[in-house]
Amino acid sequence: MLYKAFLIKYAEIGLKGKNRYMFENALINRTKVGLEPVGRFNVIKEQGRLFVQCLGEYDFDEAIAALNKVFGIAYICPVVVANDNSWDVITKEVGDYIDLKYPTKDFTFKVEAKRADKRYPLNSPQMCSAMGSYLLDRFPELKVDVHKPQKRITIEIRTQTYFYTDSIKGPGGMPVGSNGKAMLLLSGGIDSPVAGYMIAKRGVSISATYFHAPPYTSERAKQKVVDLAKKISKYTGSIKLNVVNFTDIQLYIYDQCPHEELTIIMRRYMMKIAEKIAIEEGCLGLITGESIGQVASQTIQSLAATNEVCSLPVFRPLIAFDKQDIINISDNIDTYETSIQPFEDCCTIFVAKHPVTKPNIKAIIRSEKKLEEKIEGLVNEALETIEVINID
Amino acid sequence: MEIYLDNGATTRVFDSVKDKMITVLSNDYGNPSSLHNKGFYAEQYIKEAREIIANSLKVEAKEVIFTSGGTEANNLALIGVANANKRRGNHIITTRIEHSSVNEPLKHLMNNGFEVDFCSVDKYGNLIINELIELIRDDTVLISIIYVNNEIGTIQDLSTIINKIKEAKQDIIIHVDAIQAYGKININPKKLGIDLLSISAHKINGPKGIGALFINNKTRINPIIFGGGQELNIRSGTENVPAIAGFGQAVIETFDNMDTKINNIYKIKKYFIEKVLLIDGTSINGIEFTDTINEIEVKKTAPHIVSVSFRGVRNEVLLHSLAEKSIYVSSGSACSSNQPQRSSTLVSIGLDNELLSSTLRFSFSDETLIEDINYTLEEIKKILPILRRYQAK
Repeated sequence: MLYKAFLIKYAEIGLKGKNRYMFENALINRTKVGLEPVGRFNVIKEQGRLFVQCLGEYDFDEAIAALNKVFGIAYICPVVVANDNSWDVITKEVGDYIDLKYPTKDFTFKVEAKRADKRYPLNSPQMCSAMGSYLLDRFPELKVDVHKPQKRITIEIRTQTYFYTDSIKGPGGMPVGSNGKAMLLLSGGIDSPVAGYMIAKRGVSISATYFHAPPYTSERAKQKVVDLAKKISKYTGSIKLNVVNFTDIQLYIYDQCPHEELTIIMRRYMMKIAEKIAIEEGCLGLITGESIGQVASQTIQSLAATNEVCSLPVFRPLIAFDKQDIINISDNIDTYETSIQPFEDCCTIFVAKHPVTKPNIKAIIRSEKKLEEKIEGLVNEALETIEVINID
Repeated sequence: MEIYLDNGATTRVFDSVKDKMITVLSNDYGNPSSLHNKGFYAEQYIKEAREIIANSLKVEAKEVIFTSGGTEANNLALIGVANANKRRGNHIITTRIEHSSVNEPLKHLMNNGFEVDFCSVDKYGNLIINELIELIRDDTVLISIIYVNNEIGTIQDLSTIINKIKEAKQDIIIHVDAIQAYGKININPKKLGIDLLSISAHKINGPKGIGALFINNKTRINPIIFGGGQELNIRSGTENVPAIAGFGQAVIETFDNMDTKINNIYKIKKYFIEKVLLIDGTSINGIEFTDTINEIEVKKTAPHIVSVSFRGVRNEVLLHSLAEKSIYVSSGSACSSNQPQRSSTLVSIGLDNELLSSTLRFSFSDETLIEDINYTLEEIKKILPILRRYQAK
């Protein structure tokens, strides 16, 4: 195994002042969980970065893929540990590593060196120049550029000596668990999993609510949502998925209200129910995959009408995204193939040929008056019969 | 209570089949190709099952080749025969109501230089024989016909059809997909003039993953899977001994007193049809009748399959509603707003567009009871008005 450690650099959480330790702990936690299936690792906090020690055999690509799903990581540096701290050994091993890693050596470089033990015979500038001249002697094609090097060769002498040349870009964002929790309205479509992913990337833990309408939607449609939740949980960590049986509410609205308003009224009730569950679970916001103008229920007037029933903030990270851009993210996070499986979801089953696209909130509220007799009971029943699926 | 009316899709494994398979899995697990006793004992199961199946079809044991199931049997028959007889011609004829395991290998052959013609059927799914005969050309090598249609249960009059084919051109090779027919109809391929016949175990209470192809001694065929030369070099791969043993056992039980059992299933079918037609807005596909249902016409179709259209109802929703009551049926054609996938059989018999997505298949077994049918009908009666009331407008 070439790399015995990884250095993890983080960006934004470095700025967090007195709360910084909370963010760092969340990152350590997420890194540990992420690496769990890859092998045995030790994760240590160390001067504004994390140090991951590899305690056994592991697959390098798997480790990088796992770290790439940990929000909060800006860069991943695979680290080589020298066999010995003597300067001769270090120079030779750095040289061998450069030889192995870069078969063509037509690049510019700069050596950066640090020592924790100030008694080490060479100080940092001496180490830099000694290493630089050793490498130039051994590989005459190399050139030094101290201002804009193509490769930075970093050497750190501590109890052991570490060196690395590579910085792999991480996913960025903030560690999940560092910014509270929000409730995702998860459907089987392309957008909502992406929305959940994006909000989680800002450090927010995710709970989810799915509305199903048996027998109009099938077990397979529900399984598809569970599968999607599993896919995004690789980024967001565990998700509590609330499955709400929405059939009776939907049929009652169908019976009582104008058909072209069905979708918008239905969505208002979905928001109300999701908010109730959210508050119960300590969530501080709702998340939807809505994007302005995508469908009739997502015109700016419709968004205003659904928004009106909530007091919690509604996060809509895709609000200004084009469909193709959403699909691209969905592809990257591996939810696309699942999302396009053709199962009916409860938003499409009774959809009117010409649904209202510019709902007037007052008119909608007037229509909803016709639901007064039973709706509260139906909503309570839906809340009482929630099926909870815990996704780890 | 669970009411399983989807026996056309698959069947429950007989207990005796399960027991036999467990013995093989736990004790007689040898590789039939191994030279030692473990191998020898395993081989005996295959020999025994092959003889049982051969007897059931009145053919020779060496004419039965085990495959991974009905789909592979159909693939082997079509691709294997087409490739082995290329020099005689590249024209193949089939029907418009075949299963995808016939249609798809034929599509593959069409992409590889073969020509395929599809013969129409009448509104009950019977082949239009004149049309079939007109499609025959000098270079026609193979005709493939589904014996019992899997969606509507039509039984083809193979005796008449094959006689007419042979009158037109003696040397055409005949393949029959008998996957829904085996165990429901007494089949004598040699008398009928059939050269290849596909069957599957899991439709007759055997395990999934095993099927067989009868290949007449004189029929030239190339393998489509290559390897260690098992199954007379026609189907390589270590034999699935437990499944083969289970297949043999399922055949023994299925053919034991078969006529009585089939008559009982016909009674169930007739009863179901009579009662379901009393429900508003229903119709039966694939059976000819005017006012009352006639036993002779029912017996022209398979005992276990009934196709019913429920006007004004989405089949998938009715299917899920029944499933909520532990009644399991299948949709004649999967059709959702995202993926309009029409059944080619239902289209071919001229079913109107609206009914295509309103059709369910009920398929019975020897274990289906009149009480099951009554319960199912009661539930349908309860559900239909609700489903008809709530629809997309």
